[in-house]
Amino acid sequence: MNETDAPGTVDAPNTDVADRARRTVAAVWRIESARIVATLTRFVGDVGQAEDLAQEALVEALKQWPDEGVPRNPGAWLTAVAKRRAIDGWRRRERLDERYAAMARDLEQRGGEASDMFWDPDTIDDDILRLIFVSCHPVLSREAQIALTLRIVGGLSSDEIARAFLVPTATIQQRIVRAKKTLAAAKVPFEVPKPNEYTERLGSVLSVLYLIFNEGYLPASGEQWVRPDVSGEALRLARVVAGLMPKEPEAQSLVALMEFTASRFAARTARDGTPIPLDQQDRSRWDRAQIARGSAALARADRIGRGRASYGLQAAIAECHAVAPTASDTDWARIALLYEALGRLAPSPVVELNRAVAVAMSTGPASALRIVDELAVGGKLAGYAPLPAVRGELLARLGRNDEARAELELAARLTGNERERAALLAKAAALEASVE
Amino acid sequence: MKYMLIMRATDEATAAYEEMDFNEIIAAMGAYNESLMKAGVLLAGEGLTDAAEGFVVDFDSTPPVVTDGPYAEAKELFNGFWIIQVSSKEEAAEWAKRCPLGPGTRLEVRRVTELEDFPQDNEWIQKEAGWREELEHKAGTNG
Repeated sequence: MNETDAPGTVDAPNTDVADRARRTVAAVWRIESARIVATLTRFVGDVGQAEDLAQEALVEALKQWPDEGVPRNPGAWLTAVAKRRAIDGWRRRERLDERYAAMARDLEQRGGEASDMFWDPDTIDDDILRLIFVSCHPVLSREAQIALTLRIVGGLSSDEIARAFLVPTATIQQRIVRAKKTLAAAKVPFEVPKPNEYTERLGSVLSVLYLIFNEGYLPASGEQWVRPDVSGEALRLARVVAGLMPKEPEAQSLVALMEFTASRFAARTARDGTPIPLDQQDRSRWDRAQIARGSAALARADRIGRGRASYGLQAAIAECHAVAPTASDTDWARIALLYEALGRLAPSPVVELNRAVAVAMSTGPASALRIVDELAVGGKLAGYAPLPAVRGELLARLGRNDEARAELELAARLTGNERERAALLAKAAALEASVE
Repeated sequence: MKYMLIMRATDEATAAYEEMDFNEIIAAMGAYNESLMKAGVLLAGEGLTDAAEGFVVDFDSTPPVVTDGPYAEAKELFNGFWIIQVSSKEEAAEWAKRCPLGPGTRLEVRRVTELEDFPQDNEWIQKEAGWREELEHKAGTNG
């Protein structure tokens, strides 16, 4: 089947009416696509085929709705059209077995009245959950998982996904076509993972969402107006997943982490687009309502009573920053403990460096320097600008100015950010020669 | 982008609602709210108590005059709101259309301002940001 795409170009005599219909179709699709594809997958058994059928129904909607108006229940309309297409396909291939015959009878009995035939509320949630797990299935590459999740679960067009990731539309279309083939070839079942692989598969879903979120977190560029709000979409999908899995603390925690991070979006860059570090951000521009939603999500995670894993700890750290009136009034001792817990869970030199910063703020530069020196000796962060930047800062606070200057200058050479480079060099220049 | 769905009803519609089965209304609204939550778009929402419990502060004169509700001049009463986060105006319209309301009621749909909607170098905008933070801070220490 050909790769058709969500709301695209359809010739119509009245462009204004056509344009409005196209926008409405896109909006309906955003709201309904996951349920439509999930429902169709239950019938045809294959996510890729279900998605193709749904896309064909979408093309049909683009032809009909401008003239006939938007049906009262557009999601049901799209589903019914897609099902009819499926049956037509089977008829053509003379493979109309009893199951499909029953479907055809069902459709015929209800005639054109699509609005009464809707998804079963008892099964649709489970079907959407299955759809999410299949979209993030480990047989797919990370890139394919991301594209498929945005396309099938999020209801974005290939064009929108391409603009979000700054790649050509054809690249995304190829990824999606290949992903569907891979799923079909591997005969990936339409089901929620079994208990023995559940944690790992959930981890895959959450990390796909977090990757999408971070992609959108990139500082706004001049062409931001054409770039869809992909972080907002990731947050929406994380809320969907958290709603479907109310007993999974990490799903709730991911929502919290995204809410806290997104609350700083307005303050994260200067007017010329350069990133502003957390401690220098104008906190009055942080979104307080969003911070409150983050705290509520983290509290939900904690109420489940299974402790905090990676997203829970990261969200807790983000919350410490979010509720602090100033950088120096932050509960740095608590942040240091949270980083320590995070490092124990998944050892990482970057986490360790962050812990050192928190230790410096809470305990003092000497103990922090011991952590940083160990990292420098380990060599895992060689070429990573924040390491000499932090080390230089700590040495300066200890009065070892000559060493500090050398470290700050090294950090300035390593950083790719002009604003940061200037700040580091200014700091280095301000240091007086060490008193021997 | 965020949109506020503002629910308004005429006196007749409000009276008609009182005739209806309260459980039915609650069930329909509950299902609607759940669908917003499940879609991950609901940010906030509240319903309001009877207008008779409210009052009006009128700024036609100085100092402003406080009058008990309900308000004789209002043709439609503001009964509640939702704030949703969506990707387009059309998506907000689609969600609004699904709200289980009847004749005499309407939803006014308005986009919520974001910081970017204001000129950032205006001194009053900057001051307001400062006040907001101070208020939040006070609310935080009191609560």
